[in-house]
Amino acid sequence: MSASRPMSASPMSASPMNASPVRANAIWRIAAAVALLAVVAAVPLTSNVTLVHVGVFVLMYVGMAVSWNIFSGFSGYISLGYAVFFGSGLYTVAIFSKHLNLTGSTVFAFLPVGAVVAGVIAIPVGLIALRVRRHTFVVITIAIFFIFQLMAYNFGFTGGSAGILPPYLNWDPNTFNNPFYYIALIVAVGSMVLAWGIWGSRFGLQLRAIRDDEDRARGLGVKTMRVKLIAFVISALIAGVLGGLYFYFQQEALPEFAFNPFLDLTIALMVFVGGFGTLWGPVFGALLLEPYLGYAQLQISNSYVSEIVLGGLFLFVILVLPRGILPTAREKLTALRAGQQRRSAAKGASPPSGMTASTVQAGSGSPSTGSMR
Amino acid sequence: MGSRLFQALADGVLGGGVYGLMAVGLTLIFGVLDIINIAQGILVILGSYLSYVLWAHLHIDVFLGLLITIPLMFVLGVAIQWFFIRPLRGRERTSMSLLASYSVAIIIEGLLYQVFGSNYQSIQTKYFTNTIKVFGYYIPYIYLYGFGLAVLFVAAVYYMLYRTQFGRSVRATMQDQTAARLIGIDVNRVAALTFGIGVAVTAAGGMVYGSINSFSPNSGADLISRLLAIIILGGMGSIVGALGAAVIMITLESLVDVFWNPNWSVVVFYAVLVLVLVFRPQGILGRKEARAQ
Repeated sequence: MSASRPMSASPMSASPMNASPVRANAIWRIAAAVALLAVVAAVPLTSNVTLVHVGVFVLMYVGMAVSWNIFSGFSGYISLGYAVFFGSGLYTVAIFSKHLNLTGSTVFAFLPVGAVVAGVIAIPVGLIALRVRRHTFVVITIAIFFIFQLMAYNFGFTGGSAGILPPYLNWDPNTFNNPFYYIALIVAVGSMVLAWGIWGSRFGLQLRAIRDDEDRARGLGVKTMRVKLIAFVISALIAGVLGGLYFYFQQEALPEFAFNPFLDLTIALMVFVGGFGTLWGPVFGALLLEPYLGYAQLQISNSYVSEIVLGGLFLFVILVLPRGILPTAREKLTALRAGQQRRSAAKGASPPSGMTASTVQAGSGSPSTGSMR
Repeated sequence: MGSRLFQALADGVLGGGVYGLMAVGLTLIFGVLDIINIAQGILVILGSYLSYVLWAHLHIDVFLGLLITIPLMFVLGVAIQWFFIRPLRGRERTSMSLLASYSVAIIIEGLLYQVFGSNYQSIQTKYFTNTIKVFGYYIPYIYLYGFGLAVLFVAAVYYMLYRTQFGRSVRATMQDQTAARLIGIDVNRVAALTFGIGVAVTAAGGMVYGSINSFSPNSGADLISRLLAIIILGGMGSIVGALGAAVIMITLESLVDVFWNPNWSVVVFYAVLVLVLVFRPQGILGRKEARAQ
């Protein structure tokens, strides 16, 4: 994850050194990011089926955690209705591929349709849910989630509790996972780039202003409803693609898995573990937790134990690391650096010492504006 | 037609009373601590299981068993508040407490699965098999007794809030925590005891719920979403509102159930919630922006 730091680590570039080491630093980081991406992209070449299988899930969860965070983390509105859009995308793709009898690699052509349908559904849902704040918002998202799950059970076109059968994909089992892996990789990296772009943009700043103080943001001229709704729809679009991908990958469209309350909880847990509302926290949280969850599913035959462990882990994070691992670690690191600089500055006994310390301190507040308080 | 209407209304009003009791606990906790206890649903189911164990293994009458289960649930509630809710500080406290109680809920659910398995259980007592005939419709006694119990408990909570010194501190804490602290109220103690009381009523709610419905550890999720809908409709923190909304919503649900289609009754339930919130975001009886951010 070293590659991830340049985007948000403004304290480094703000340090009062001359520019060339900074540029060299940036080049190093870009090189590291490209190398990392190359390694991740090369995983299917190992032709280790289990590894690639787990990899698909990890990448899908990275995409989900990052896109959940684009709305919930940046705006502070905790949504437990992400599965609404995941399931909508899933069912859209399932219904299309059933009625058009899709086969072969043409099946993937309808993933964008799943995204669009999920995004369109997000507009009325958002218009209703985003009128209320805090607890009520969380509860509304849960209620809407249950409405969608019940509709999936009860409508005719969803196949009810029997679900929809997926198309038969007669691909070589050894390379079956590969297309899923690359699509999931594209979605995951795409959402990360999107999140990064939003983070520093005017739109991202407006979102974060809403998180800090919505009334004041509105007073300052932010069109809060529009900003929140756009972020909500963006998050839903990515959820829709991943839902469609999940349909082909898991070969099932069942109401209890398409609209799964644990999906919301797992994603929220990942984001909170990594760092809620930060840029890279969700990626870190998903990379940390999904391998465990995948392992637990395979190794611990009794799923209830893993449920208890999940709950215990969540409690631990909330009580011990309420801001997540990344922000806490970054703060410790900054404090350490500041201490070192102060010490070396004290040795030199020169006037810039005070300035250095204050710049570092000011910089340390910026990576995750609101949560620092 | 008439008898079906009566059946729907009786189910709705009597069942609604029991939901009202569970919702009162939830709304009380919200009013005082400003948090939503997501674990309330699974705690009700835990109450059902406790009554089930006492009834099935120790052959204790379910109503008598409440003398054991209510104190147990009270202690559990105080413990949850003390260990997992009280330590939360800072600006994100409310959302954190929501997630903390969600975690508590999954842990309890996992433990219940571990101990009792995923099969549905039910408490089949004479209160359910014996019925009383009213207007040509047979009502099991448990509905009447359960409703009576709910009324009794809600009255007790009401008395406690409005006629005792402790209730005065609770209401003061609901109005303004800082001011309550300033005049010497031990806010932490009030919060812990309120959480305990809010959870203790689930013992009674769970007993009646388990005597009427079959339940599994999975039932908690369904319950909590209904309870949340009820307290939002009633206006969060309003006890009378919670009771009224419970009776209205459960009646509506049972009317849809009887006259249209059982599959859609729950959808109607949530759809009403969404519709009401479109026009009155603060709920039916809630004050506008009572606790704005």
